[in-house]
Amino acid sequence: MKYQSQAVALPYFVAAIGLFVGQILFGLVMGLQYVVGDFLFPEIPFNVARMVHTNLLIVWLLFGFMGAAYYLVPEESETELYCPRLALALFWVFLAAGALTILGYLLVDYATLAKYTGNDVLATMGREFLEQPLLTKIGIVVVALAFLFNITMTVLKGRKTSITVVLLLGLWGLAIFFLFSFYNPTNLVLDKFYWWWVVHLWVEGVWELIMAALLAFVLIKVTGVDREVIDKWLYVIIALALVTGIIGTGHHYYWIGAPGYWQWWGSIFSALEPIPFFAMTVFAFNMVNRRRREHPNKAAVLWALGTGVMAFLGAGVWGFLHTLAPVNYYTHGSQITAAHGHMAFYGAYVMVVITIISYAMPILRGRACNSRKAQVLEMWSFWLMTIAMVFITLFLTAAGILQVWLQRISDSPMPFMAVQGQVSLFYWLREISGVIFLIGLIAYLVSFFVKDGDKPATT
Amino acid sequence: MHAAKHTLSPSLPAEPRLAGDLAIWIFILAELLAFGLFFAAYAFARAHDPALFAPEQEALNRNAGAINTALLLTASYFVVRAVHAAEAGRGRQGARWLLAALGCAGGFVVIKLAEYVAAFNAGISLSSSTFHMFYLSLTFFHFMHVLLGMVILGALWLNARRGRYGPRDMNGIESGAAYWHMVDLVWLVLFPLVYVIR
Repeated sequence: MKYQSQAVALPYFVAAIGLFVGQILFGLVMGLQYVVGDFLFPEIPFNVARMVHTNLLIVWLLFGFMGAAYYLVPEESETELYCPRLALALFWVFLAAGALTILGYLLVDYATLAKYTGNDVLATMGREFLEQPLLTKIGIVVVALAFLFNITMTVLKGRKTSITVVLLLGLWGLAIFFLFSFYNPTNLVLDKFYWWWVVHLWVEGVWELIMAALLAFVLIKVTGVDREVIDKWLYVIIALALVTGIIGTGHHYYWIGAPGYWQWWGSIFSALEPIPFFAMTVFAFNMVNRRRREHPNKAAVLWALGTGVMAFLGAGVWGFLHTLAPVNYYTHGSQITAAHGHMAFYGAYVMVVITIISYAMPILRGRACNSRKAQVLEMWSFWLMTIAMVFITLFLTAAGILQVWLQRISDSPMPFMAVQGQVSLFYWLREISGVIFLIGLIAYLVSFFVKDGDKPATT
Repeated sequence: MHAAKHTLSPSLPAEPRLAGDLAIWIFILAELLAFGLFFAAYAFARAHDPALFAPEQEALNRNAGAINTALLLTASYFVVRAVHAAEAGRGRQGARWLLAALGCAGGFVVIKLAEYVAAFNAGISLSSSTFHMFYLSLTFFHFMHVLLGMVILGALWLNARRGRYGPRDMNGIESGAAYWHMVDLVWLVLFPLVYVIR
């Protein structure tokens, strides 16, 4: 660790991993509820499990991004963090707010939660992914602003690199677009229209900048390739990501009441969205092939390359699969969307956060890399989780194709619930894959505690 | 843009060399792909309903389009002269060529804006018909590229005036020139496709 203040990243990473475990457990509960409808009813109904599953994902990724920024920015800026104590205080605030929100979801029914958290003052609840009570949303904004202040001040007083510039752009964009979660027009079309400004412009816009910056940082560290080469690619990738991603928002506007030209704009630009992801894959492999050192942390290199491949497959290929308006006319909101969502989130954002954790955590714990045994276990966890996710995606895709066929294309369309019964085999297979994912996750957790005479791996 | 001038030993055949930066070519290819998709979508939509497209195409101002074609081509010629001047070690002279190119691009912008004003006054909008949607989308998307191209030419002009470009430093001006030629090339497809072919 080059700078003392980088240590504040540690609690963020630990919390991220902890919440990740929670997310997966609720995912398994939900996965089972798809086939055993009354499992855990009425304690944890499906809609609550889903809310917890998706909200935990977002919160732990935010913990991961913040931890990554606290680790990366001092090192890139070559200066201590502007205010480490603020970073630590924010950690506890964010953790408490997150925990209280999840407990609120689980212990109180949603309407009561809304009543006691000021939803009648400003109604912001009840929308997918943005279910958080008003107080939590305000808390997120406060934490985000204080975090951005801390990070920006650090960058301003230190060295400016393209990585920190791109990261800051992404993080500021993240905070700014979240403000649209407070805008809740009564017109349902407008509501959905701006809802995507949070959801889409996060994951297919500014988050891609964060991802590219984190990936570039780790690649510079593990390959020793010249910064100049990486800088140039970074700018090309983010230009492509923004051009395709911003107008690509149109692929959500097809059937919600927005003007018809969005079908053309959305189809054309979102069809190009795989390009920046592909560029990132090429970039990652290129850097590793041109490496000028053999970094002892093989696991981190594996995660970095995996991010490139899985993000391209999940976000790029599975996104393209149903992004063209004539295709989406049939597939909209089917299990194909769920398949894409799972692999895209895992491949792009889960994996990039694990990449930086994998690189930084050993250093934060006082060694360049983990022991060989720990790394081998971590690589096992990589393959278990990644392959399990590939199968989850494939089974959901199969379920989705069958669903679209039976429910929307066939001459005698079946009702929704009847179709759900027909595709239950795939839901069972998905649930089994989910259990294997959990085993991979447990292996990942154990890898942090493996002791092998405590000798770091050497090459 | 002959590579031979850059090689140390003139007797050896020149190595093939990419004019401009690889990164700008990746970007240009991505741009061409975007326009290509848009053109393909236009062709697809038009093939479905040629009767709707024909009268609305007829109503476009082909003279404005033709003048704009000439302006963009002339700008491209000036950019080529600027690159040649820089290559010959007369970078500051190249700055004047770049300024001339900027002037032509400015002319394009003025004429295009006048066309848009006329179109909006005639009640044409993105939702008024499929052809209008394509006409406005394609030309506006290209229009934004002309503006970006002008920003790039402006940056090249400032650098050229400071004498930055010469036989030893061609990367910047060649990259910018390649981008401008892309803007021109796209218009050379767009103009016949949308304005002329029926």
